[in-house]
Amino acid sequence: MSELQQKLVKMVEQMPAFSKSVHQVLHLTADLNYSHKELVRIIDYDPVMTLKILKLVNSAYFGFARKVASINQAVVFLGMNTIKNLALSVATRGILPQLDRGGLHTGHFLTHSVGVATVAKMLARRLGATDREATDYFVAGLLHDFGKVVFSQFMPLEFQEAQRLAKERHCSLRIVERDLIGADHADIGSLLGEKWQLPPDLVLAIRHHHGDKDGQHDSPMLDCVNAANQITKLRGFGDSGSPIVEPLTPSAQARFGTDLEGLVASLGDLDREMKKAQVIIKL
Amino acid sequence: MKIRFWGVRGSIPFPGPNTITYGGNTTCIEVRTDANDLIILDAGSGIFPLAQTLFKELPLTCHIFITHTHWDHIQGLPFFIPTFIPGNTIHIHGAFDPINQGDLREVLSRQMEYCYFPVRETELKATIHYLTLRDRQVIKVGNATVSNLLMNHPVLNYAYRIDCNGKSICFTGDHEPLFNIYDPEDEDCDEYQSFMDQKNQGIIDFMRGVDVLIADTSYTRDEYPQKRGWGHGTYDSSIALARQIGARQLYFTHHEPTRSDRDLERVFQEALSRHPRQPGDPEFHLAQEGPVIEL
Ligand SMILES: [Zn+2]
Ligand SMILES: [Zn+2]
Repeated sequence: MSELQQKLVKMVEQMPAFSKSVHQVLHLTADLNYSHKELVRIIDYDPVMTLKILKLVNSAYFGFARKVASINQAVVFLGMNTIKNLALSVATRGILPQLDRGGLHTGHFLTHSVGVATVAKMLARRLGATDREATDYFVAGLLHDFGKVVFSQFMPLEFQEAQRLAKERHCSLRIVERDLIGADHADIGSLLGEKWQLPPDLVLAIRHHHGDKDGQHDSPMLDCVNAANQITKLRGFGDSGSPIVEPLTPSAQARFGTDLEGLVASLGDLDREMKKAQVIIKL
Repeated sequence: MKIRFWGVRGSIPFPGPNTITYGGNTTCIEVRTDANDLIILDAGSGIFPLAQTLFKELPLTCHIFITHTHWDHIQGLPFFIPTFIPGNTIHIHGAFDPINQGDLREVLSRQMEYCYFPVRETELKATIHYLTLRDRQVIKVGNATVSNLLMNHPVLNYAYRIDCNGKSICFTGDHEPLFNIYDPEDEDCDEYQSFMDQKNQGIIDFMRGVDVLIADTSYTRDEYPQKRGWGHGTYDSSIALARQIGARQLYFTHHEPTRSDRDLERVFQEALSRHPRQPGDPEFHLAQEGPVIEL
């Protein structure tokens, strides 16, 4: 292993674990007839999620005289649907970290991530994905730039410099990352995805979301994340730290049968979808 | 106190020849205290005809209590004419939205956004006070008190109890009796049951001895299995609740929009024949738009 690789692996190892329950909650509840007790079980097994939900349930908003101490109790007092929606919000918010150290604006970065997630899911539906499959596309979109989180955390100065240079040269951030660090955020993001044991198609979508090695993988998820990323940037939702919008990859263009502008136009009013999605960030 | 139903349907207004007897508007109940203070429970489409009767009382002060923010309980609010008239004072009470972390005002003003309504919430001329209620608060309205309790529905839903000079009314809002999500062999089953018992006891204590119980009775016993988890009660569950709390009168409301007057009377009779009145039982009535109920 090269010195650089060793360094990257070490960084990835120090990242917090990706809670499996997040994925499970998204998956389970994509079906309208999900099992109630299964949802409670998933939340119960995740102490962080449990804690966050109970904290809200016990907040002054509700003013319950008695302290709610378990998810079962919370379900009885607030109703299954409210707990389900709380879990969904907490789940999605839970994997989004704080990252101002590396010069990224947390709010803008999260807006970008949630935006790509939302558009990726819309595109998945257009390609005929089921609700469950579309959830995976959402997660892929949400995590596609997580390599930048690793850089922010462990190489804040280099990463800040990379962003500055990308703006100055008006070129893609990943190209500067390669020059400066020797690897880009897609590389390290996919390493992180492997560590988190995400499904292989998700890792692939993260690794190649910028379209290098285009044509080598026939992956609708990859094409959706690639397109969603450019659409989100083109429409100015949030800021990923990279200043330029790139055209669709040839394979994405072939899959959707149109170019970037055509695809954006066909999606209609995105503002409302985006506004809805932003609620996640507030939690 | 006096009670008058202005809307008795669930989900969506359905006026027409089939609903002419009981009425086609969605939930709205006018309550007058002994001092003639005006309390309005929910603002479904029935609040519009109610408003037509209020012009002789200008300047008006009224107290609206929203059980929950599903359309059929708030859709008349933007058309509640007194909010457009300067000099009126309107107090609106209800739960907050835990998912979007919004208070009552934010939730309600969303249905007055540009895409949905021509007048913005900030342009209303009356003085409007919003009060986001926590569970189990007590609000004074003249010599009456209104208290609230969290029930069981897909969104936060409060039951309201109004007490005035020894008389009392309770409205469940939309409510489905709790059911155990576990199977008997599951480890969590007993614990869940004990939480349910606790919550049910809280409901009984809250409603105990009311003169009038107005209860969500959307479904028949036979319809219910298909609709479990949707957040509504049945004739059988409403009768059971009224008996448990010792109510004197029980009004079934939130009629299914597609249930014709004739079908409504049929399912009502079927329920009564399953549960013949026993000594101490409340009187059973179908909620109907129009008549004034005095107590
Ligand atoms: Zn309703
Ligand atoms: Zn409802």
